[in-house]
Amino acid sequence: MKCHHCDSQATVHLTQIINGQMHKMDLCEACAQEKGVTNPDNLSIGNLLDENPSKVDASTASMTCESCGTTHQDFKKGGRLGCEACYHVFRPVLEPLLDGMHAGVKHLGKVPSRSVKKKSDDDSEELLSKELKKAVEEENYEKAAKLRDRLKKLQAKSSASA
Amino acid sequence: MFHDIFFSKSKSKVPKPCPIALSTRVRLARNLSEFPFPGRAESGQKKAVLSKCMSALGKVKPLLSSTSVELDELSELDRQILVEKHLISLELSQSEESGGVVLSNDRACSVMVNEEDHLRIQVLANGLDFSKVWKLADSLDSGIESSLDYAFDSQLGFLTACPTNLGTGMRASVMMHLPGLVMSKNMDKVINAVNHLGIAVRGLFGEGSDASGSIFQISNQQTLGESESAILERLEMTLENIVQQERLAREKLTEDDGLRLTDKISRAVGSLKTSYLIQSSEAMDHLSLIRLAADFGYLPEKFRALADRMFIEVQPGHVQLSAGKPIEPGERDRLRAKTLRKEFLRMPQLNLNAQVD
Repeated sequence: MKCHHCDSQATVHLTQIINGQMHKMDLCEACAQEKGVTNPDNLSIGNLLDENPSKVDASTASMTCESCGTTHQDFKKGGRLGCEACYHVFRPVLEPLLDGMHAGVKHLGKVPSRSVKKKSDDDSEELLSKELKKAVEEENYEKAAKLRDRLKKLQAKSSASA
Repeated sequence: MFHDIFFSKSKSKVPKPCPIALSTRVRLARNLSEFPFPGRAESGQKKAVLSKCMSALGKVKPLLSSTSVELDELSELDRQILVEKHLISLELSQSEESGGVVLSNDRACSVMVNEEDHLRIQVLANGLDFSKVWKLADSLDSGIESSLDYAFDSQLGFLTACPTNLGTGMRASVMMHLPGLVMSKNMDKVINAVNHLGIAVRGLFGEGSDASGSIFQISNQQTLGESESAILERLEMTLENIVQQERLAREKLTEDDGLRLTDKISRAVGSLKTSYLIQSSEAMDHLSLIRLAADFGYLPEKFRALADRMFIEVQPGHVQLSAGKPIEPGERDRLRAKTLRKEFLRMPQLNLNAQVD
């Protein structure tokens, strides 16, 4: 049996049961050491990500958060994200993990009062055009296009109601 | 199956205060919007977060009379003592820059800054009391939020550095003394059973710590997909069942092998009274038996309180604190034994005719 990470002979065979689902992984001595498999409690969810590489689209390998610089590789290794924006960037790889990690995938708890207010502020014309200007200056055209569309929609809405 | 018992709601009411539960804690993980999480932040950003948070925290009601400390100002020993008192985490104690903590003067609230997340809001109380602890944590959190913008997503809840804390960002835990389950070798079964329910069992000092003194920290593992009250209710139900299992295990131990148990307790008394060198883990195991003896009525109630106090006092940092300086492990063992001899000198004979708890 070959190691999941390199081509060496696998000597460590790990089985974890998470929420009733069995996950198996075979590793060589060196990779097991590196991943901290000797203490299964410390296994990061990043390791779980690695369990089935075929499931992870090749395009996700090059994912990087532009806001903080966290790469998909960083997340796989440490199991931690770098900033708020990471949650948008890594959503596709994160979502399948959340299902096994938590009781559900939708937040049902406390909602901070300012965030409710902030959300409506986010959609204000002034803020959007400011963000648009910034995105253009940063030559982040993908973001700029999205902001332009949101701004157009908002302007159409306000002129319709006016 | 053994763990099936944890699915049914127990009918018997657990009396409060419950000597099996030592303390209750609720911790909330929060991050500021617009700043990278501490693990990704640059030096300047961490400093900015620290000063923003420290000034906001000082204005919140439960923290009006509080002590604010930056970790840089603390010696290694000071940090260790705060960890042993459960006021800061091991992770924060190892912080290299811009770590901070605000402690309310009654020590019930502690807010860590730039730990794994920007803010770790923690409320502690003696015994088992989730409603009181959650209420205070909730109001503290709302107070902080009134002047700081949190990173929040309507789908994922509070955004945290580690996705295992998403949603409520809440970890609720109870420190439990479970010598009956340990001695009857049932603890592994309990751990397996509660793990299936999304509940984690750790040692006295959290992740990676051992279970000396038969003290375990039992907490919710899942934070997303349930409301805070649902999480607390489920955890409390499991805890009630664990308390019941512990009671049964104690009863069985006294019925099946009472003499061995008496012998163990008596030897613990002897060791505490007569040792000249003692390591913290050995001391904790003896203290655990003193606590159990108090639960059984073999020793007056005040010895449970003494054992609880000594659980902390025998920790390496606290031994050095009483010495007034950092000292080597061998010397610590000598000082620890000396303190214990003094504290337990006047311990009475075990009253073995007492009614079992």
